Amino acid sequence: MKILVCIKQVPDMESKFKVADSGKWYTTADLAWRMNEYDEYGVEQAVQVKEQIKDADITVLSIGSGQVKETMKKALAMGCDRGIHIQDETAFDKEPYQIAGIIAEYAKDKNFDLIFTGMQSQDRGSAQVGILVGEILDIPSVSTIVEFAYNEGDVDVSRELEGGIKAKMTVKLPAVFTCQLGLNTPRYPTLPNIMKAKKKELLTVAVADLLHVNARLVTEKMFLPEKKAGGVILEGEIAELADRLIAILKEKSTVLA
Amino acid sequence: MKILLVAEYRDGKLLTNSNELIGFAETLGAESAMVLIGGEEVPTYAGKLYLADVTACGECNPDLHKQVILEVIDKEQPDMIAFCHSSYGWDLAPRVAFALKAAQVSEVVAVSDGKLVVPVCNAKLRRTIDCQSSRIVATLQAGAFGLKEPPSGTPDVIKVDVAGSGRTVFRGYEAALGGGVDLSKAAVIVSAGRGIGKADNVGLIVKLAKALGGEYGASRPVVDSEWVPHDRQVGTTGQTVAPKLYVACGISGAIQHLAGMKKSDFIVAINTDRDAPIGEEADVLVVADLLQFVPVLTEKIQAL
Ligand SMILES: Cc1cc2nc3c(=O)[nH]c(=O)nc-3n(C[C@H](O)[C@H](O)[C@H](O)COP(=O)(O)OP(=O)(O)OC[C@H]3O[C@@H](n4cnc5c(N)ncnc54)[C@H](O)[C@@H]3O)c2cc1C
Repeated sequence: MKILVCIKQVPDMESKFKVADSGKWYTTADLAWRMNEYDEYGVEQAVQVKEQIKDADITVLSIGSGQVKETMKKALAMGCDRGIHIQDETAFDKEPYQIAGIIAEYAKDKNFDLIFTGMQSQDRGSAQVGILVGEILDIPSVSTIVEFAYNEGDVDVSRELEGGIKAKMTVKLPAVFTCQLGLNTPRYPTLPNIMKAKKKELLTVAVADLLHVNARLVTEKMFLPEKKAGGVILEGEIAELADRLIAILKEKSTVLA
Repeated sequence: MKILLVAEYRDGKLLTNSNELIGFAETLGAESAMVLIGGEEVPTYAGKLYLADVTACGECNPDLHKQVILEVIDKEQPDMIAFCHSSYGWDLAPRVAFALKAAQVSEVVAVSDGKLVVPVCNAKLRRTIDCQSSRIVATLQAGAFGLKEPPSGTPDVIKVDVAGSGRTVFRGYEAALGGGVDLSKAAVIVSAGRGIGKADNVGLIVKLAKALGGEYGASRPVVDSEWVPHDRQVGTTGQTVAPKLYVACGISGAIQHLAGMKKSDFIVAINTDRDAPIGEEADVLVVADLLQFVPVLTEKIQAL
């Protein structure tokens, strides 16, 4: 069984974001970077399948500057077998169709049985890449999965719908799955596994070798949303903050009356 | 400009989010037509409705649903195809966009000078998009495009036939785990977010909820980590609540959480990040470490 897991490195969402001079993206200096949360579930699911059937080989793929290799090392330490780093200094500027095009171009002659992606990235949130990879490779895809069970060539999954309802589906492999939060419990890499990961293969490929499709959309402008008026911001010493909040609640709400 | 609106149907019911699609067409001042794979019930809509029979098509069958939508696109030749950014819409939109060689713009929140605007980084930033294809596929963020007045009219129904099977098998729905706490009845809800750090700290939130005579709730990561059961999750995949007072502790304010609580009468957020998007909805944002602030607040409220 051959498994491909696609991961993205994203900034920590608690960062303070500033619009870059280009006016088209955010400044990437001074940000902390991590694995896209949704992708962690994809890595974990791949590793769980390998633990179940033993005979499996997991490739983790990421597109970006050299810096994304740090995040790839985490995936290798979680249990992926090898890494393909697609070197691209302007990956941030590529739209989902281009990203999917790069991944599909890499995957097309490798006969992957299972492909995992996150259901969306935390920064762009387009929720397109996994499904597009399936369409380009002409294999089925199921998005937003919260349950996954492999049994002999078939996969039983649950898709999450609104209000906590799930749709139960069965798919034959090869297929693509996009992972939703809560699919499993992503493991923390252990120290021995972090050491082992350092010896795993991590190949770098130039993006130009794999990008053969044009962008269908571009970012015209990035900006900070206007703050809504009306909210009060309280800052200061803890005990005093509590007194001020209680005073506001007494005045503005009936719950302390 | 002409837009094709893709309405939704699930488990025997027509969904009402098609009103947001109509609102979007109105915002753009565009002509529209609608497509629905559904049952007998049709949306209130004054226009052409292409209707395919869900019993022939099957629910959760993306291959066949795509086929129906593409057939209608072929007949109507729309410039834009609009879906809700829902589990149905975000699944189908890329399939349709790929077949049409169209640009897809996900989770549109606004239209500015005729261009589509989408959120970035948990709504901390926004982006205006320039499309370079002749056709555009868009998904709309829930709640972004309302109608000023309820829609009116009866659609002109045109039946669409379907044949085929699809590559995936749908085995039925599984209801949300029910029977637990009904948060919608609580006058006060204090919710724990990932900012509580670990399971042991849920107790702090429970104590504050008790002191305020309310219930405690949680954001999704807290539920996914099994620190709090699912029947207390607030948001699109949990419960929708509108208490007199909602206190969000260590919750960043992702759209899926906000959708479940923003109708609350009064919202207090406690967060170390002054720029957290929850601040946009909150009446009061207390910039503080909840681990220090919540116990002090609880004690003072108990002493009232
Ligand atoms: C299809 C879909 C459906 C979803 N449904 C839901 C849903 O129903 N409900 C839901 O909640 N989410 C849902 N989500 C997830 C949602 O997108 C967010 O990931 C989630 O709401 C984030 O939860 P959070 O705010 O607790 O965590 P984070 O976003 O990680 O935020 C934690 C916050 O805590 C603050 N913080 C950290 N430490 C402290 C401290 N010591 N004191 C004070 N503040 C602190 C941080 O500044 C940050 O703002 C859904 C996502 C998808 C894609």
